[in-house]
Amino acid sequence: MTEDVFDAIIVGAGVAGSSAAYRLARAGLQVVLIERGPFPGSKNLSGGVLYGRVLHDLIPNFWESAPVERVITNQIVSFLTADSSVNLDFKTEAFNQPPYNGFTVLRARFDRWLAEQAEAAGVMLVPGIKVDGVVKRDGKVVGISADNEEMLAKVVIAADGANSFIAQQAGLRDKIPAGHAAVGVKEVIGLPREVIEERFHLNGNEGAAYNIVGFATRGVPGGGFLYTNQESLSVGLVIHLEALVERQLKPAEIFEDFLAHPMIAPLIKGGKLLEYGAHLVPEGGLKMMPPLAADGLLLVGDAAGFGVNNGFVVRGMDLAIGSAVAAAETIIEAQAADDFSAARLHSYPDRLEKSFVMQDMRTYARAVDFMKNDRLFEAYPTLLSNILADIYRQDAQPKKNLAPTLLKNLKTSKISLLDLLKDALAGGRAL
Amino acid sequence: MNRLPVTEKLAVNKYELDEGHPHIAVNEEVCRAKCKNLACLYVCPANVYSEQNGRIMADWAGCLECGTCLVACPSDALQWVYPRGGFGVIYRSG
Repeated sequence: MTEDVFDAIIVGAGVAGSSAAYRLARAGLQVVLIERGPFPGSKNLSGGVLYGRVLHDLIPNFWESAPVERVITNQIVSFLTADSSVNLDFKTEAFNQPPYNGFTVLRARFDRWLAEQAEAAGVMLVPGIKVDGVVKRDGKVVGISADNEEMLAKVVIAADGANSFIAQQAGLRDKIPAGHAAVGVKEVIGLPREVIEERFHLNGNEGAAYNIVGFATRGVPGGGFLYTNQESLSVGLVIHLEALVERQLKPAEIFEDFLAHPMIAPLIKGGKLLEYGAHLVPEGGLKMMPPLAADGLLLVGDAAGFGVNNGFVVRGMDLAIGSAVAAAETIIEAQAADDFSAARLHSYPDRLEKSFVMQDMRTYARAVDFMKNDRLFEAYPTLLSNILADIYRQDAQPKKNLAPTLLKNLKTSKISLLDLLKDALAGGRAL
Repeated sequence: MNRLPVTEKLAVNKYELDEGHPHIAVNEEVCRAKCKNLACLYVCPANVYSEQNGRIMADWAGCLECGTCLVACPSDALQWVYPRGGFGVIYRSG
């Protein structure tokens, strides 16, 4: 490799890496984007809903050329018990208007497209190369090494995902503690377009997103999801790792039970397995956030631990893109001032604080712990289901009004009135 | 179509196998001496790890490269890196 010094080297061509690369190249910087997979997207997997406003700001009307699957118009929260389900089902045509609220995407296709946009903007894309680590001189990151060769840059962006070996090797963080990680498992299940549209009540390119809480994970903290793509479904679970280890359960077996659940089974019936994948999900929120900037190095996306799960929506890609844009703008300023000092790069976390990225991380900081509340996974879905069963059941026995029905069910549930009040208050604040 | 064993699910995936270059190594002495829960045997979504004749084996070819085992391993007995550039699982949907 040459002794040229590039303006920026970005490790990892996921949505964060390619967004940063695109933004930098558009500002005229010389950028190298390195991807370990044979093509961008080949190592990437996520639940699959992209809340795209931040990408629209970066690439206006991206949906016109990007391989998006469906526009999410139906948002469903589902509480499961072993044999019943209670759904909150929201559908609005308002989400079906440009710039659209959210899309399903399949990352292998979408990330490839995004990297192509970066390439077209002038980024040098290098796929099929695994970066071994950063190169440091006098404590400052000055480039990367791969296959025993060095490549130098004024700044390196680690966009290498939840495991971020780059950030670890640079000394910014350790591996994620099991208490702050979840494992995501997912199947992509093929079904004809017409079947999907009929089964999920979709007109044309509308799509549905289910977030599923409760028996989905056999009571282990976590949740399920089911998203509609054009001709497939993305179905999966995200399970907290520490609880999984404690209870000695296998994710693949919990997943099989989930797929066989009477609410899920008919939704995937007749489908053909197209792919089985897994991904580590950083779920520590603010608690596990590493330093985001070091001398010569910035962290973006999953590598920095950006993610939000408040039970209604699960977000990662929009925060990844938002952080990438903030990192790129920091670097563009550094380039203009010809100042790549640590002090200058440390304006990146400040910039993030002003953006929706850190503000949302703070808004939902308490959601991380709230979403691990055991009552959420068994007691509440059961309570809801029992109340509704009492309301709907007609068995030639005298009925009771709503208030006594609620009280009776609360009394027989495992939830004390105090728990209920505490959880309602905590939930109202956390979610 | 569902209720498939994990091996059959993995068979649907695309892999570029890096023959002769395992990216996972298990330090069994550490496992035997220190490990309190053998978390690798159940946390892996691809069931890469198994115990055979008292040894922990890693069938690394089916690895989905999520890194869950590394995070869950309580005794730092795993040497787990990404496969060499271009190799390993190749997601077509993702």
